[in-house]
Amino acid sequence: MTELTYLRYEVLRTWRNRRFLVFSLVFPLVLFLAIAGPHKHLTIEHISFPLYWMTGMIAWGTMVAVISSGARIAAERAAGWTRQLRITPLPTWSYFSAKIFCGYMMAIMSMAVLFAAGTFVGVRLDAVQWIVMIALLLVGLIPFAVMGIMFGHLLKVDSLGPAIGGVTSLFALLGGSYGPLITGGFFLSIVKFIPSYWLVQASKTALQGGGWPLEAWIVIAAWTVVLSVVAVRVYERDTKRV
Amino acid sequence: MTDPSRDVSPVDTIVARGLTKSFGAVRAVRELDLTLQRGTSVALLGPNGAGKTTTIDMLIGLTKPDAGTVSLFGRSPNEAVKAGLIGAMTQTGQLIDYLSVRELVTMMAAIYPAPLAVDEALSISGADAFADRQTRKLSGGETQRVRFAIALVANAELLVLDEPTAALDVEGRRDFWNAMRAFAARGKTVVFATHYLEEADAYADRIVLISHGRIAADGAPTEIKATVGGRIIRATLPDVESSNLQALRGVTAVDRKGDAITLNSNDSDATLRDLLNTFASVRDIEVRGAGLEEAFLELTLDSDGADS
Repeated sequence: MTELTYLRYEVLRTWRNRRFLVFSLVFPLVLFLAIAGPHKHLTIEHISFPLYWMTGMIAWGTMVAVISSGARIAAERAAGWTRQLRITPLPTWSYFSAKIFCGYMMAIMSMAVLFAAGTFVGVRLDAVQWIVMIALLLVGLIPFAVMGIMFGHLLKVDSLGPAIGGVTSLFALLGGSYGPLITGGFFLSIVKFIPSYWLVQASKTALQGGGWPLEAWIVIAAWTVVLSVVAVRVYERDTKRV
Repeated sequence: MTDPSRDVSPVDTIVARGLTKSFGAVRAVRELDLTLQRGTSVALLGPNGAGKTTTIDMLIGLTKPDAGTVSLFGRSPNEAVKAGLIGAMTQTGQLIDYLSVRELVTMMAAIYPAPLAVDEALSISGADAFADRQTRKLSGGETQRVRFAIALVANAELLVLDEPTAALDVEGRRDFWNAMRAFAARGKTVVFATHYLEEADAYADRIVLISHGRIAADGAPTEIKATVGGRIIRATLPDVESSNLQALRGVTAVDRKGDAITLNSNDSDATLRDLLNTFASVRDIEVRGAGLEEAFLELTLDSDGADS
């Protein structure tokens, strides 16, 4: 119960942060409407252009949402707030999981907005396909949520904006959010090691039925494990320094 | 208090033994022993860099000592923190944004097993006057009151305050200490660090004087003064050599600013006789008991001497 009250105020803080809303909701939406709108009858990668772009923009917007949420720890560290929390009974894990929860909340809002825009432009999927796509997106975001916690302990407040902007743009670009970067050959097999590639593939996978291939699950799991290890290291380094 | 994890018997105390902490070559705290009775208000008094903050951080588990042990209510600092027995206000710190003062204090109250009512914490701390304002639109003094409200709302057995009045004006300080006293009157133990001597004198039952990471003196404020027992003599006396003043009986220290002289004396009667007999032109003589400030300086100098 007590942790729910704590969580409620974390959610309220996230919701009141307008900058956060703009970057994870408005930017991807505007880009989607500007680019998918005029090309709604084209196909790309064997699926409709709007569907591809909808998923691409969701991958980008939700990455921004979950990474930014965890990375806000950097500002709270700088304010001495994490130190204040260490002399309360709140477990560290509850603090982190509230950040992850808020990131997912924003990610789900970003998805909902783009689903609505996609439907408006002509994206049509059946119920099962929607559910599979959403499930894959939620799982594919796990490594990025962990990356946010890691950034929160690694970065200074001044470098947060450029770092998050740069990292999410790079992952979005390589993953194919702005159109497939590479469609075959040796480099495609490299790109498949990047978790955002599988985020962008979520719609195509759902459309074809079934789920991701095994290699996708391995890639997501491996990134999650490696980033978690780094996140724990930087967290421990941070608490020792105080 | 049905929760057994918060059950603390009256004999329990705060016990630190042999606390030692270095930061690189700086020995911040050296083999410090401290036992605090429950229900008392104790001031850790010392100049900046004396080791007060390091001591407090080790007491509440924020800093791990290089050597020594801390026991709070018979547990480790981390266990005591997890059980909600500690309310603390660290020396510096800002508040998180996008919340009103009331929302922030409510959020923090939710973390503790048996918190104070939010309105009560706000009113004791004086933060009720701006409870609906956003946390990022507060002055330094207002922020400090909110941080105090957060420490209070824990309703903890031990309240630890590290230089809590640093950002407050004179009136704010008086309000703060009255609030602290009101809370201590509930049988809570309060430990506060300060370098304002008059605060320690006025608001603590006991003063622990810390200098160079060690305890230089420990006792009731009156005992600290009695330990030194000196007098201060001020007078106007033109054209005199300090060495001539130093030669008077009982004089322990001499300070001259133009024609104004200040003498520390451990035998003021003898010093005054000598002063009047030796210097016919002396006038405006004023004698008073050494306050805590002087006691403080003297003790600190003593321990400096013992150091080298």
